[in-house]
Order: sequence, then structure tokens, then C-alpha cells
Amino acid sequence: MSAQDTHGSASAEVAARVERRWATIAVIIIVVMAGLAAFAGIHRATMPQPRVETIDPSRIHLSGEFVESNLGSVLEASGAVTVRAIGQQYSFTPACILVPADTPITLRATSADVVHGILIQGTNVNTMLVPGYISEQLMRFTRTGDYLMPCQEFCSFGHEGMWGKVKVIDKTEFANRAKGGGRLSCVGQ
Amino acid sequence: MLVNRKLILAHFWLAFAVFGIALTLGAWQMFIRSPIGTWLSNPELYYRSLTAHGTVMGYVFPTLVAMGFGYAISESALQQRLVGVRWAWAGFWLIVIGSVMAVIPIALGRASVLYTFYPPLIGNVFYYLGVVLVVVGSWIWVALMSINLRVWRKANPGAPVPLAMFANVAGSYLWAWTAVGAALELLLQIIPVAAGLKATIDAGLARVFFSWTLHAIVYFWLMPTYIAYYTIVPRAIGGRVYSDSMARISFILFLVVAMPIGMHHTFADPQVGAGFKFIHSAFTALVALPTLLTVFTICASVEIAARVRGGRGMFGWIRALPWDNPMMLALAFSFVMLGFGGAGGLINMSYQLDASIHNTQWITGHFHLIFGGAIVIMYFAIAYDLWPHLTGRELIDVRLMRTQLWLWFIGMIVTTFPWHWVGILGMPRRMAYFDFGDPAIAPQALSVTLSAIGGFVLLASGIMFIVILARGMRAPQTDAGPYRFALAVHEPKTVPVALNTHALWVALMIGLTLTNYGYPILNLALSSGTSVPAVYVGAQ
Repeated sequence: MSAQDTHGSASAEVAARVERRWATIAVIIIVVMAGLAAFAGIHRATMPQPRVETIDPSRIHLSGEFVESNLGSVLEASGAVTVRAIGQQYSFTPACILVPADTPITLRATSADVVHGILIQGTNVNTMLVPGYISEQLMRFTRTGDYLMPCQEFCSFGHEGMWGKVKVIDKTEFANRAKGGGRLSCVGQ
Repeated sequence: MLVNRKLILAHFWLAFAVFGIALTLGAWQMFIRSPIGTWLSNPELYYRSLTAHGTVMGYVFPTLVAMGFGYAISESALQQRLVGVRWAWAGFWLIVIGSVMAVIPIALGRASVLYTFYPPLIGNVFYYLGVVLVVVGSWIWVALMSINLRVWRKANPGAPVPLAMFANVAGSYLWAWTAVGAALELLLQIIPVAAGLKATIDAGLARVFFSWTLHAIVYFWLMPTYIAYYTIVPRAIGGRVYSDSMARISFILFLVVAMPIGMHHTFADPQVGAGFKFIHSAFTALVALPTLLTVFTICASVEIAARVRGGRGMFGWIRALPWDNPMMLALAFSFVMLGFGGAGGLINMSYQLDASIHNTQWITGHFHLIFGGAIVIMYFAIAYDLWPHLTGRELIDVRLMRTQLWLWFIGMIVTTFPWHWVGILGMPRRMAYFDFGDPAIAPQALSVTLSAIGGFVLLASGIMFIVILARGMRAPQTDAGPYRFALAVHEPKTVPVALNTHALWVALMIGLTLTNYGYPILNLALSSGTSVPAVYVGAQ
């Protein structure tokens, strides 16, 4: 009986040792993952939107940043481009966003009614539009062409019909079009 | 000792009945938005169906399974008659009434807001009240589990709480606290607007409240599955639990870290800053820990069973496992799906990678694989294992059970793998149809068709499951004996207080929720000018 007892406690020790080893490996895996995310976030500046900005959706069409005449793409003095857009049931304004390739672009967007989302297919541009808040996303396209931009959040019965478009054109062509001033888009083209 | 069999059977039967209905709706949805269906002339029907599917599968079905299983565990693990049987029936009927109350407005097209609510979209107030009743009914169960454990402790001072009951009570506490997020959203924000007392709502705050519920609810769904891994599987295949204390640690970790991580659902949202998003991302990584520990302990427990059966060699023992046993089959399928689903989950929780797949079909594929696959296949196995003890009749058709499990596994893989793929291509979720004539969308047609076929395989498997249980009600009578749980290799004679009680861990769960959610919620609640006009469903 006593021999069996010793055997039992010895096997228990082996079991505990193996188990501890596995637990240590598991903890290391997790620490490395969190560490990599932190490193990429800080060092490569790949992060979700850092700041919270609010806006009154019942007044956006009257004044301020998201009045209709201010929607679309604008070439800033720095050479960067800012795109302003809104989502509403069931379309984006502008419905076709025009941007240059190889240029840092800031997308600023909000919703006029319910929750929507902007997703540009074939890229990792992906943000929610929550009424009352402004979404900001930095992006840069390396390839010219047309991209589909569906609404990615359920926004009631017409959701399946809410598709926009992004048209990426050559940098110099965009600069030429921007010479006249105003806000650019590719609606109707 | 299963005394209140009728109570437990009522929970399981209602669970599987509503599951059957929601599964049929799901298969119809897969079909109608695929290239093999014709476009719906009225897309609104799709969203009615989607709301019903989500509400039943998210709130009603798993809750009833957890409750029925919980009562069974309480009676058989503690070997003690259930205290508060009348209350248990009251909870059951609250769920019945709540479900009916919620489904009527959905069927009338007055509550097509999906089970995730999405304010400022506002549906009929009875939909939300119905959901509240379902949750209140389940809270009665939470209280009963706690009371029954307390009664047992008084009779057995200092004795180790049986693992199944320890885990069951941990799961019930997790649910009680998890549901608070959605309850706050419903009671403070949505219901006043739906009842016409208020006309505006803060959509950003509502999303944060809902994220509190939305992630940990998955761990509540997972609890019966994990309890089955640890306390049923080893017994059913003739093995032993490798380590009783590691099992307890895993359940405690779920209780503590499943909660304060929900904001990884809001990575793409504008109403939460980057700091809290990162904290929640890091905590989400932590929740992988109890699953990694479980995978080790269960594989080791299964290996013990194989070696007892004469298995030899580094991997040769796998052949010695009882593969004709439905429990063994279900476990293997569950682990494969948990592996793929878990790997996908690591992508979702990642602060950076999430942007590529957020709100695409990838997400739909992910949670169907984890919940519908890894979790629900063990619900089937639990029902098969428990049924003879509840009905006093044997489930004879083991071959049919195996076929059913195989079909569910194949169906789930065929459904969810193409979903993941089109998600990477950027196909958005929750759309009633797609224009496959568009050259940019046309390449996704094949994948969507495959998914729809997988949906019908799942439907066939679900029907088989219900048929097997129904036939079991009429099989010849037998004495299945007392319902037993697996023993550990080294059965605990004493257990440290920390691994035998929940108080410390519940305190930690609440504390971590407050630190990780307190500031963002207060900040949003106190900021003015973020409330927006409600948009009433059906009013357009």
C-alpha cells in the first residue's frame, strides 16, 4: 500500500511539472502577442482612432464641417488630402469618393441618422459611423482603380442597397483637378 | 440523483424546439441571399428573420440549455434535491412569456433591429420587454444555483465542492454580471425611448454598454461545453480528469477575464479612445489562457483513457480511443472547430488586424464556428448523455447519433470556411442580398453558394438531432442508474479556499469591469450633446 502511495505522489509530481511547463508556455504566448500589438501600435503607428470628437447630427446639414458644400476631397497646402463624407439611410455623400494614389489621406466622416459603417474592399480601411461622433481614419492607396465601399453595419431595411465607391486616380491628375478649388468627388463620372 | 426530471426536460425541450425554428430561419437566410436564391422582393423579411434567428440563438436557446444543465448538475453533483423548484418553474415560464412577447413584434416587422439592438434604431417596446423577461427568468436560475450550493455547504462544511457544480455556479455568476451591460442599455436608454418617454438616445454609450454583454455572453454560452469537457467526457470515454485544480483555475479565469474585454468589439468605433481599446485588446489576449489550459488538460485526460484501453506510443494511443462513442466524436469535432475558431478570434482581438475583417462575413463565420460549432456540438453530446437519465429510456440509435454529429461538423465547416474567405475579400455582414452581377462581387458567388449548401447540411443534422431525442422518449424503459461525473486522477480531499469558493473571484470580476469600463461609460454619460434623435422601425 505504501509503495503505491509513493508511486501515486511521484506521478502527481510529474503531472504537476508537465502542467506547469504548459502553463508557462501559454503565458509566454500571450505576453508576446500583447507585446507585438503594443510595439506595432506605438512604433508603426497602426492604431484605431485615438481621439473622441462629437457633433450634433441634427445640425450637420446647417453649418460646420459637414455641410453639403464641404463634402468631398480637398487638397491641403501640405500636399495631403482630406476627405469629408456622411452616411445616411441609405447612401453615402459623396457616393463616389475621389482620391489620389500615393498620398496621405485623412477620412473624416459621420452619420446623419443611425449607425453606419465604411469599409473599402481590398483594403483595411474600416470604420464605424456613429451619429453624434466623428470618425477619422488615415489611409493611403498605392494602386489606382475603383474600389467598392459598402456600408458594413445594419442600418435598417435598405442596408443591402447602401454601396458607395472610391476612385483612386493618379496623383498629378488629381492635383490638376484640384486647381479649380472646391471639393472633389467622382459622382456622376 | 435526478429528482426534478420534468423541470430539466422542459428546459431542454424548449431549448431544442426554439433552436429548430431558428436553425430553419438561418438556412432560409443563407439560401435567399445566395446566388441560388432569387432576390427578395421585400428585403425587410430578411431582417425580421435575422432578428428572430439572433434573438433565439443568442438569448433563448443557450440560456435554456445552461439552466436545464445547471439544474441537472445541482441535483446530481451535490446529490441533493433542488431547493426552490417553484421558483425554477417561475423562471422557466418567464422565459416562455418573454420569448413570445419578443417574437410577436419581430414577426410583425415592428422590431427588425437585430438582436444587437443598434440604437438609435428603435423597435416596438414589447420586443425589448420580452428580452428583459428572458434575462430576469435566467437570473432566478442564477440565484437558485447560488442558494443550492449554500445549502450543500452547510451540510458539508469544508468539503470540496464537486467540480461540475463549482464550474456551473461560476458560469451563472458570469452570466448575471455580463447581462448587466445590456440590461443597463435597455432599461436606461432604449426602453424609455421605445415607450415614447424620450425621443433621443446616445448611440455611442449604448454600443459601449452592449459590448459589456456581447463578449462575455459567449463565455456564458461556452460554460456548459467546458463543463462537459471536464466532467462528462473523461467519464464517458473511460478516462479521468488529469487535474482537478487546473480545471478550477480555468473556470476562475473565465469568470475574471471574460468580462473586462468587450471593447474589442468597438475597435472601429469613434466614441472610445485608443487607450481603452488597447487595454481591452491586451485583456482579450488573456482570455486565451483558460482555453489553452483546457486544451492541455482535456488532451491529457483523453490520453489517460486511451492508455487505459491499451493505447501505446507517442501518438499511437489516438487509435485506441473509443471513436464509435458519440461523446468522443463530439469532443474531437468540438476541439477542431475551437482550434480554427480560436485562431480566427486571435485576429479579431488584435488591435491592428481587426480593421481588415471588422463587420465582414469573417465575423459571422467566426462566431458561427465557435458558438454554432464548438459549443453547440457539445450541447448535443450533453443531451445524448443526459437523456436516458431524464427519460428513463435508452437512446438506442448510436449510429444515427454519429451521423448527426458528422453532418453537423461537416455542415459547419462548409458554411463557415467560405464565410471567412469572403470576409477577407470585404463582403459586409447582414445584407439581404448581393448584386452578384457586379464584376467586383461576382467572384464571391461560389463561396456564398457553398455556405448556403453548408446551411442545409446543418439543417438536416439539426432535424436528425431532434428526431433522435423524440424517438428516445418512446424507447423501451431502462434504469440508467445515477448520473455521475468524471473523477480526477487525484481526487481532491481538500481544496484551498480560493479554489473552492467564488467570492474573491466575483469581487475581482466586478473590480476589473469597473476599472476597464467605469471611465469610458462615465465619460460618455456625462458628456452632453451626444444624444441623437431615435429612428423608429416601421415608421418610415
